[in-house]
Amino acid sequence: MIEVKDLYKEFDGVPVLKGISTTFEKGKTSLVIGESGSGKTVFLKCMLGLLTPEKGDICYDGKNYGEMTGDEKRNLRKEIGMVFQGGALFDSSTVEENIIFPLKMFTDKPYNEMLERVNFVLQRVNLENVNDKYPAELSGGMQKRVAIARAIVMKPKYLFCDEPNSGLDPKTSIVIDNLIQEITDEYEIITIINSHDMNSVMEIGEKIIFLKDGIKEWEGTSDDIFKTDNKAITDFVYSSNLFKKVREAQLKESGL
Amino acid sequence: MLRQVFKRPQKRSVFWESIFKEIEDLGINSIGIVAFISFFVGGVVVIQTALNLENPLTPRYLIGFASRESLILEFSPTLISIILAGKVGSYIASSIGTMRVTEQIDALEVMGINSLNYLVLPKIIANVFFYPFVIVISIFLGIIGGWVAGNITGLVSTSDYVNGVQWEFEPFHITYSLIKTAVFAFVIATIPSYHGFYVKGGAIEVGKASTRAVVWTSIVIIVLNYILTQMLLGK
Repeated sequence: MIEVKDLYKEFDGVPVLKGISTTFEKGKTSLVIGESGSGKTVFLKCMLGLLTPEKGDICYDGKNYGEMTGDEKRNLRKEIGMVFQGGALFDSSTVEENIIFPLKMFTDKPYNEMLERVNFVLQRVNLENVNDKYPAELSGGMQKRVAIARAIVMKPKYLFCDEPNSGLDPKTSIVIDNLIQEITDEYEIITIINSHDMNSVMEIGEKIIFLKDGIKEWEGTSDDIFKTDNKAITDFVYSSNLFKKVREAQLKESGL
Repeated sequence: MLRQVFKRPQKRSVFWESIFKEIEDLGINSIGIVAFISFFVGGVVVIQTALNLENPLTPRYLIGFASRESLILEFSPTLISIILAGKVGSYIASSIGTMRVTEQIDALEVMGINSLNYLVLPKIIANVFFYPFVIVISIFLGIIGGWVAGNITGLVSTSDYVNGVQWEFEPFHITYSLIKTAVFAFVIATIPSYHGFYVKGGAIEVGKASTRAVVWTSIVIIVLNYILTQMLLGK
């Protein structure tokens, strides 16, 4: 379990996260949603240790990240898989080199075994015959799948995804969402996704955390979203015409 | 930054692989331009020296001597290093800068990799150990270029030139040249890495960082050249 307690982060005196507390459970896909600039990425980066919060604790399975030694942090990071918004694939390396890299860095397996694992995760994300291609030769959706393959190659306990659907068409977005969901179930990992894609929220969100201006405005399940009377979240959800129409139809059906 | 850079590499096999890759990218790929420039500048040095030694009482072998000394003491270690600061420095700053803005460095950090150590240390080692070879090649080709130019223009005969190149040879000048090269090689690897690593923003900022890196590397090389010359050759 990951526990976040009273997380506070500011840049040049401007607070971006204002005391966020929440928990993320094993085997569940949690989505952190909110408008652009609401603090989602900063929240994720604080959890990953890429940014140091001014205040607050982040506990991974009971261990406070802020109190860990350098070695403990490095060991924890080996258990973390991350899918960046732009993929963050090493552009001068091939797909195979990208995925095999963490294995080379952190294991002493023979090369054949590492290659076997690379091919297995590539199959898992439904990619074939791309081993020798460079990231620039792949489509956006394929790059995201390679990024997922690289994130899961070390069998992580925690998977973080920063807007995995940005720049993808709706059909590919669903494929990526389903893939993340399947991997979460299969490996029983804690998956945390930053998104502002309401389709993802409905598709795979088992727990939703809504951030607004650096504050946790709302928390619940995807079903709760349609029942809540929190104005901030309803404004966010129904800013999409599609969801507005779904809402109108639901209200009509229920005779309200 | 340097404290992180000089930490023990996390995986020796990956580290060696990176060093060989950097030797190829930063060193071997620079030999062509260094050879071309050195050969022609060697020729120009001989022609200019010959034209400035018109007094018939001045022995012609001094042309070879003066060319050798300028190539060993200044042209090869300093000017070639400034050329490499432009070529290699901009490459280092822009490649690391691009990795920064496309979150590739964040990806390394999230994996638990000391990104400064992984990205910068192999560059420093490749530069510091390989550039002295590049400079030796530069000196050699500069002297050959001078001989060819002297012969083509008829300004100095082969025997005079060869005599001059061998005359009053001071082996410490080669040591001085190689010490300077090693220090400049360190500067060429570290200053651009710093500018690339800490870049913020997008493509334009990467370009600006690359320019800044080349300017600062060149300035530091010129200042260090003065200090090292005073320290190693000054009385």
